[in-house]
Parts: sequence; structure tokens; C-alpha cells
Amino acid sequence: MMNMYGIGIFKGLWITLKNLVIPGRMFTIHQYPDRKIGPMGLARMSGTNIFNFMLQQPMLFMKSMTGFTSVEDRMDQHPRFRGEEFSWYEQRCTGCASCAKYCPLGIIRIVTSPSGLQVQEGEKYAIDVFDIDIGRCMFCGLCVEACPYDAIHMGSGFEEGRYKRNDLVISVDQLRKSPKKPSAWFRPQLESKKYNPHTDEEVSWRDIGRHEKPTLDDLEEKWVKR
Amino acid sequence: MCNESNGISFDFCSIQGIIGGFLPESLDWLVFLLTAITLSFLVINALVLSTAIYTWFERRVLGRFQARLGPNRWGPFGLLQPIADLLKLISKEDLIPDQADRIVFSIAPVVFLVPVLLVVSVVPLGGDSFLGRLNIGVLFIIAVTGLNTIAIFMAGWASRNKYAMLGAMRGVAMLISYEIPMALAITAILLISGSFALTTIVNSQSVFFALVQPIGFFVFFTASLAEMSRTPFDQIESESELGSGYHTEYSGMKYAIFQLAEFMAPIVTAIIITTLYLGGTRGFDPIPGQLWFVLKVFLLVFLMLWFRATWPRLRIDQIMSFAWKALFGLALFNLVLLTIEVQLLQDGEGKLQTDDLWLMSAINWGIALLIFVMMAVFKSPNRHGINAQVSSTASIGLKLEDK
Repeated sequence: MMNMYGIGIFKGLWITLKNLVIPGRMFTIHQYPDRKIGPMGLARMSGTNIFNFMLQQPMLFMKSMTGFTSVEDRMDQHPRFRGEEFSWYEQRCTGCASCAKYCPLGIIRIVTSPSGLQVQEGEKYAIDVFDIDIGRCMFCGLCVEACPYDAIHMGSGFEEGRYKRNDLVISVDQLRKSPKKPSAWFRPQLESKKYNPHTDEEVSWRDIGRHEKPTLDDLEEKWVKR
Repeated sequence: MCNESNGISFDFCSIQGIIGGFLPESLDWLVFLLTAITLSFLVINALVLSTAIYTWFERRVLGRFQARLGPNRWGPFGLLQPIADLLKLISKEDLIPDQADRIVFSIAPVVFLVPVLLVVSVVPLGGDSFLGRLNIGVLFIIAVTGLNTIAIFMAGWASRNKYAMLGAMRGVAMLISYEIPMALAITAILLISGSFALTTIVNSQSVFFALVQPIGFFVFFTASLAEMSRTPFDQIESESELGSGYHTEYSGMKYAIFQLAEFMAPIVTAIIITTLYLGGTRGFDPIPGQLWFVLKVFLLVFLMLWFRATWPRLRIDQIMSFAWKALFGLALFNLVLLTIEVQLLQDGEGKLQTDDLWLMSAINWGIALLIFVMMAVFKSPNRHGINAQVSSTASIGLKLEDK
């Protein structure tokens, strides 16, 4: 019976009918960057039922009835998501330019000058120029793997669209100001702490490394006062 | 022309009566003109508005059928989407290709739209039709819907684009082929009702003609799906192969008119099928006839939408062979069957009683089921062995699946 000619046509019709009737068959869809929300959804978000919501916020209720309210909707990203705007910690960076040397596209440019800081520990240079051409970056993460001091991390953002190619070159000032929410890509110390850059707070430069970085006092103990 | 008044009905005569009340009898021609303008204004606007709502409905329900959201950004549930579409299309540049035949290129969308609007004028929407009792309603419908073929060919030819031309050629071949089974299926209706007038056809449906002649209904429904070039017969405007076929070169409001006519076609076709096969405004008593009509049209439109959401596009050779090998034969068979039945069952005046119609519907449903089961069994893949039809690579896959 099931091998009869033309049965497949009706099987297809049955499948699409099930799609229409059963709401659970619809995929979970994120409507980036925001999604329309009705009064029921708003009431559920504010934690009351629809009648309470109608009495508490009548204007918002009317607005949502006409379909002009929307809430933010973002796709959930994995903590190891390799995003734009690298998280860079100036305190950890020595200006060794390992990242620039490892970059397969050669899009990182570093210019340093001797700063005279931490001479005993090894020369730490002041970073004058740290340009990353995001427009050509393929987000392989090799610079992050190469960094011996855990100073540069992949970022967690994905909304860095610009109108000009030149605007995509990240300068050292932008890197200093960038949100210190590093991706857990190639950073097992972050992943073991279950750190999620999309929801959690910023991480300070002391906690980011694989090893605790000694403070200046510690260094003084170690080298000067011994 | 308008002597007898049959209560409140939405037709030419009643509107002429209303307008004639305000004007002296010497201005008869002005009354006639005003009535015609009012009527066409009402009909066209009602159709365009319902089409606007239908575009939203189609896209939204199509989305649900395919487990995705439809348009939902503008207004509650995206209801203002047709307005947004219209504004977008108005603001587009109206391009005419350099090599195109400018006049034919500009006329084609209008020629495409007008027949769709014209058809509704003869359909009785409660009481009489807009044009009163046009006694050649069926012929009018067949003749007017035939104009679509010319419009599609005009658009494809004038575009001076090979894909538009290919789409138009396919369209002409397909539309002409499908008009034959369609007309044959209508002929079977004329046999039972004994009249070309749509009002008489509706009145003679004490049993719906879809019940009396299921084969004819199937043939007509399938052929009209092809006539308005909807999935699975949308080979004319196959987006993936021809770059949307005959209206490849169109943009702006001309494209909008094509789209309008295309989205209006399901509604109009559903109206015709309702009138011919589902008894028009006939129904049970508490619900008024107009509401029954809308309900039936809605059901048919939903059915077409369901088919569109489910079935993929057929190849052009499959479409042609389906028209000539399957539908043409079925329509002829249906015609012969009904001729014999009408000849046997009619009384002295050539009329058929309700009991006769029920008897005919029982016989015809039996025969129709028999035909479809026989087709299913005799064309079953197992009859010739499934491996004979698939390539060697596919048969390896089949064997693996069997284990």
C-alpha cells in the first residue's frame, strides 16, 4: 500500500500541514537585532499575567497591541567565539611583536620605543603603534596562540561593521579602550572558570594570565632588595 | 434591462436604481455612466484590497507551512507589509531596456491585469452578478482568461531578453495546453446545468458539481493551478532557472502590476471554481449566502497555498505530458461519462432532479476512486522493479538502506 504511485504527494502534504498546526515544529528563530513582541510576551517578560500588565502599563499595552514594540534579540555565542575588537592588556604586553610575526596575513603592525620600565625583569617597551587591520583579518587566532604573556585575546563582539575599509584598522588607542571581555579561545584558564564574555563582567589584567603576574612590589623584593 | 427588482442585491440594476433616484429621467445616459463607474470602482478596489491582504496571508501562512516566520516587522503580525511593499515598488526606477519594444513592453502588464479583473464581473455574488444575467458567462470566462497567454508572450517578446523569451514560450505552450482540459471540464458542467449563464449554473447546483463530477473538479482545479502558473506549475517564472521568466526585465510599478495580477489570480480562480463547482452562494440557512461564498473561496485559496508550500516545481516536459496524457484523457472520459448519465437520467424536458444528481455523484465517485486506485497500483514502482528506474549509484544506496 505504501509503495503505491502518488502516495508521496500526500505524505508531503501531511508534513506541511503538521508544520502549520503544531507550533513546536517551528525552529527557534532569533530575529537579529530585535524582535517584535506582543502583549502576551511583554507580560511574560515582566513576570505578571496579561490583565495585571494591562492595568499597570496601559500605554505600553496599547503600543504592543498595534505591533510596534520590540525587544533586543541576540544570537547566543559560544564563549570560545572568535570575535572582533581584540581584548588587549597593555600591562601584560612587552612589545615583543610575536603576534605580528605569527600573523599569516601580516596585518599587525607594532612600533615600540624603550620605556625604561622593568629593566630587571627584561626590557618592557612602550607601545607607540599597534595597528590591526580587521578588514583583512581571518580570525584564525594565531596571534593569540603566539602571545607568550597572554596579553592579546580574541574579542567577543560581532557588530563592528563600518562604512570604510580604513575605519576597520584598529589603533592602539582603540585597543586600550576596548572592552576587556576576552573570548575563551585558546585560553583554557578562562574556560576552566566557565567564563562567558557575552554575559560576565570584564576581567582585569591580573586574572587573565595562565600564571599570576608579579606586581612591581614583588619584583622589587625579588631583584632590588635582596 | 432592469425591470424586475429582486430585493437587495449587489448588481448593476440595484445601483442604477439608487443613482437614478437622484437624477431626472432625461439624463438616462448619465445614470448609466455613473453606475458603470461606481460599479467598476467598487469591484476593482475590493479586489485590489483583498489581494493586498492576501499577499500578507500567503507569505505568512507559507512561512508557517515551511517552519519559518513570514513578514512580521510592519504593524501587528506584519499586516502593513503590503503597504511597505507598494511604497518600495513605487520608489523604484521604471526601467525599460534599450533594445525593448517600448509600446508592447508598457502595455503587457495592463493586458495581464485586466482579464483577471474582468472575470469577476460575471460571477454572481449573491443574487445576480455585477453585469446582471450575462447569458454567456462561461464563454466570457474562457475567452477572457485566454488573454493572459497573450500578455505573457507580449512581456517576454518585448523584453528582448532570452530568459524572458524562454519563460514566455514555455508559458504559452503550457497555458494553451491546459486550456483544453479546462474547457472540456466546463463542458461537462454545461451538460448538467443546461445553460451558459453562471446564475443558472449556481441555481442548478442542488448537489454541488464537485460532488457530481469529481473527475471534472480534479481536472479543472489542476488546470486552473496551471493557468495561473502557480506551484507546482510555475515553470513560466521559474526563479532558479530563468531568473523569474517573462518579467525578468520589469521593475517599479510595471513589476508591481504583474505581481498584483499574479496574487489576484488565486482569488479570482477560487471565485470561479466556487461558482462552477462548489455551489457559489448556496449553503445552509442561518449563515447568509455571501458568507458561504467567502468561506468557500477561502478554503480553495488555502488549498492552493498548501499545494504551493508542499510540492516542488515540475519540469516543462512533465507539465506538458501531464496536460496531454493525463488531464486531457480524464476530461474527455468525464465528458463521455456525464453525457451517458445525463442521457439516461434526464426527464422529458431535459431536466435533472436532485435524486438523479445524487445517483450520478455516487456512480462518479465510485468510478473516480477506481481510476485513481488503478493508476496508483499499475504505475506502482514495484511493478517493474525499482532498480530498473534508478542509476547504479542510487541502487547501491537503496541496497544499503534495505539492510
